[in-house]
Amino acid sequence: MEKHDIVIIGGGPAGLAAAVAARKAGIQDILILERDSRLGGILNQCIHNGFGLHTFREELTGPEYANRYIRMAEDEGIPYRLNTMVVDINEKKEVTFINREDGMTTIQAKTVILAMGCRERPRGALNIPGYRPAGVYSAGTAQRLMNIEGFHVGKEVVILGSGDIGLIMARRMTLEGAKVKVVAELMPYSGGLKRNIVQCLDDYGIPLKLSHTVVEVHGKQRVTGVTIAEVDANRKPIPGTEEYYSCDTLLLSVGLLPENELTKGAGIEMNRVTSGPNVNDQLETSIEGVFACGNVLHVHDLVDYVSEEATLAGTNAAACVRHSEHKTPSHPVVLSAGDGVRYTVPQTMDIANMNDQVVVRFRVADVYRDRSISIYYDGVRVAHRKKKVMAPGEMEQVILKKEDLNRYNDLKEIVIGTEVE
Amino acid sequence: MEAENSMEKLLYDVAIIGAGVTGCSIARELSRYDLRVCVLEKDEDVCSGTSKANSAIVHAGHDAESGSMKARFNVEGSRMMPGLAKELDFDFIQNGSLVLCFADVDRPALEELYEKGKKNGVEGLTILSGEEVRRLEPNVSDRVVAALYAPTGGIVCPFGLTIAMAENACDNGVEFQFLTRIEEIRKMEDGYELKTNRGTVTARCVVNAAGVYADAFHNMVSGKKIHITARKGEYCLLDKEAGAHVGHTIFQLPGKLGKGVLVTPTVHGNLLLGPTARDINDKEGTDTTAEDLAEVQEKATLSVRGIPFRQVITSFVGLRAHEDSDDFVVGEAEDSEGFFDAAGIESPGLSSAPAIGVYLAGLIAEKTEAKAKNDWHGKRKGIVKPGEMSREERAALIREHPEYGSIVCRCEGISEGEIRDAITRTLGATSLDGIKRRVRQGMGRCQAGFCTPRAMEILANERGIRMEEVCKNVPGSEMLIGE
Amino acid sequence: MKQKELICIGCPMGCALVVEWDGKQVVSVTGNTCPRGDVYARKEVTNPTRIVTSSVCVDGGELKMVSVKTNEDIPKDKIFEIMNEIRKTTVKAPIQIGDVILSNVAGTGVDVVATKHVASI
Repeated sequence: MEKHDIVIIGGGPAGLAAAVAARKAGIQDILILERDSRLGGILNQCIHNGFGLHTFREELTGPEYANRYIRMAEDEGIPYRLNTMVVDINEKKEVTFINREDGMTTIQAKTVILAMGCRERPRGALNIPGYRPAGVYSAGTAQRLMNIEGFHVGKEVVILGSGDIGLIMARRMTLEGAKVKVVAELMPYSGGLKRNIVQCLDDYGIPLKLSHTVVEVHGKQRVTGVTIAEVDANRKPIPGTEEYYSCDTLLLSVGLLPENELTKGAGIEMNRVTSGPNVNDQLETSIEGVFACGNVLHVHDLVDYVSEEATLAGTNAAACVRHSEHKTPSHPVVLSAGDGVRYTVPQTMDIANMNDQVVVRFRVADVYRDRSISIYYDGVRVAHRKKKVMAPGEMEQVILKKEDLNRYNDLKEIVIGTEVE
Repeated sequence: MEAENSMEKLLYDVAIIGAGVTGCSIARELSRYDLRVCVLEKDEDVCSGTSKANSAIVHAGHDAESGSMKARFNVEGSRMMPGLAKELDFDFIQNGSLVLCFADVDRPALEELYEKGKKNGVEGLTILSGEEVRRLEPNVSDRVVAALYAPTGGIVCPFGLTIAMAENACDNGVEFQFLTRIEEIRKMEDGYELKTNRGTVTARCVVNAAGVYADAFHNMVSGKKIHITARKGEYCLLDKEAGAHVGHTIFQLPGKLGKGVLVTPTVHGNLLLGPTARDINDKEGTDTTAEDLAEVQEKATLSVRGIPFRQVITSFVGLRAHEDSDDFVVGEAEDSEGFFDAAGIESPGLSSAPAIGVYLAGLIAEKTEAKAKNDWHGKRKGIVKPGEMSREERAALIREHPEYGSIVCRCEGISEGEIRDAITRTLGATSLDGIKRRVRQGMGRCQAGFCTPRAMEILANERGIRMEEVCKNVPGSEMLIGE
Repeated sequence: MKQKELICIGCPMGCALVVEWDGKQVVSVTGNTCPRGDVYARKEVTNPTRIVTSSVCVDGGELKMVSVKTNEDIPKDKIFEIMNEIRKTTVKAPIQIGDVILSNVAGTGVDVVATKHVASI
């Protein structure tokens, strides 16, 4: 059986950054498996700008950002296989994939880095009532058809969901001559970045209706219209608020789901909130030597943070290859989401074996003004930072330092929560 | 053979209206005989109406009134199904069914059902205690006090069944004309003239298998009117992760709450819940409603605990063709010689279709004094399923045909090779829905989010059409809208 | 003195800015956390600009479309004029990132450049 030190599942931003980092950490034998015909992942269709300010200190488009990492990977001579679909990973870290050239092949990995990304939540998951005509697209599918294939998906558009892809597509379709009539958002706040509301909706006079949803899809063959209604605090439509919009296209930007079928197939412990695997501070899953990073771990809003997280996963996987003898794990410290926090990544820490510091990323549960982020070590508040505004659409982070943690004996739980000032 | 788009007048021995499961079954049975047969279908593909949206189960046969057409054809059809599945290579599993009884006061009704089943000729029926039911199905509700167990109950792929019968009929000489809508039927001296949107068809015999529209066609030629109501049923389909939540098909004993809904695994490993029952006026009214979807979930919860509703991947509506007599109308119309009905085919229509086909084909053969062909070939091989092959077989397949190594639909693991086969084979797909129903591309958890562009491209390429012409189903459902 | 509230689009932080100006000249910008915010606010009230991104048809390439952008920001009211020019354009593969696809687009003095490599076939 073909053997590799590190097998990376996915050649998008996460997989590429992980590969580059692992190579820089001295691992020669790396293989990236990518299902698409090109490296770069979803960035290839994200042709808008706004990527890379954090990583490269300049504003790049998605394809340019991807290319930076593709070039690094190629400069390092990291091997990859395209058009290759991984169909199985098991607890022995055997990876089975399919492509035209190799047929169905199983390879043995010393370590695996999961970097499969995420998928869009489809219409069915929302139970939007009405007909099932052509013209209902998830925003990313429409984005691919327009930006990669060069087709027009529709002329009159309603968008459900104000996630970033929905906002970006509102502008994109407007630029291509379509009329975007309204963006409806179920929640009382947008899930997208504020600047995208300004430059994708406000610039073009596209109304954003918060606390609204699509209650009916009309049209038997192709969409002819949708009915939108306001929702109450429990997100239930309020009778009498229905409004009909004629349109030929309904785009859905209603959330992303980490794509973890392979992870689950391997028997890796999953997290119900993130829909990704549980990981420790090394970004290692419940199977030793299997790491996860990027949107397969939890959905990010900025690719820069994906690259950062993946770099860490790659470095840690490299260390794992080099020290193949088992670490002696100390008792794990559990990281928990406290008041107003939905989840944290990582979910556990091994303080004895941790790096000098660990970035803990999390999302808040609602829009909060003038709250602080607080860190508790076994019930004792150790840090406290005021934030003017926090929103579920924007990922937050805190940094935990080893030297601080070492001062607490027998630490069992770290809680990250929000507090009203 | 596939018919040309011809406008010329054609003479057939038999014209079948409707390429649903019933029409296709009759077509296949008729293809055994030396007859010129055509199937006229208003949509772009077979299995586009009631046959595509139903519970996808093969009823054991205990529900229908003894002595009814429904009882007869259900039991016969259910007996035929295992053999047919082998012969025609479609997915069918005899998983057994349970009818749950929730209160001691309803026990007599359960026993009545048992007796009725025995009388109808259903084999292996037993009544289980609540304990026994829960041992068999641990997720069944604690409120269940007893259940009727039918080991012959099964689940089937309705598309697979219909498409298999259609392909086999076509391979044996039946002509299929799609996008052909019948506007008028006139009785002539020695047969019937059917005016369609694409010219006139004449045939000695007509088979009316037009689903919810069968009353309209029957009433064009017969004075003995029938009346069909579209009875709307909504369903929820759950992710394969939820597919093992139950193993059997789980019904509710009809009671105070009405007919109840079923909870069943599908042959492809999803979990299916439904249907509701609501009579509507619009025979194309396949829109889902929030109320009905809520009703499905609420009623399903009565039978089975802990259904993961988070895992719903799609919901849909099927319209059952309910005839006022509450039974199938199968046979030659009394006052119109040569006009054969297969009307009012609601549940258990899918289960009954094979038997209805045999029965009607027999009547027609007798009437036309048709002879059996000696070159009839009843076997059909389905589209290869690399996902079900051994590793060696799959590797060999990809070596020989690399397109099977190129995965298009990641959720269902469907390759380019399977999609091309679905398009190029006998009566191949002409629309995205047609591909989906043949190979399940786009039927998984992402609901075609990732694979739509690629599937469109393959379809356009194989059919020699532009991307802008690619339709979800019938013309008018174009996926792209140009400048 | 006029006041205007803006959301900075300079980076994903989306700072809430307050601009004061006397009708002609910007007097002050507050709420920004970096110099980009100051620059953005001043431009936004006097001469708002944007980067335009789109894609252009490719002839003879491994891809049918190549993504493009204006290599500098352009006046906001020129966006649709630029889009019209972009839509009319077809380029021949191979294309490298940074290749000029349209120079001095819509008379803005700004070029439209490729943001993706497209090899020829």
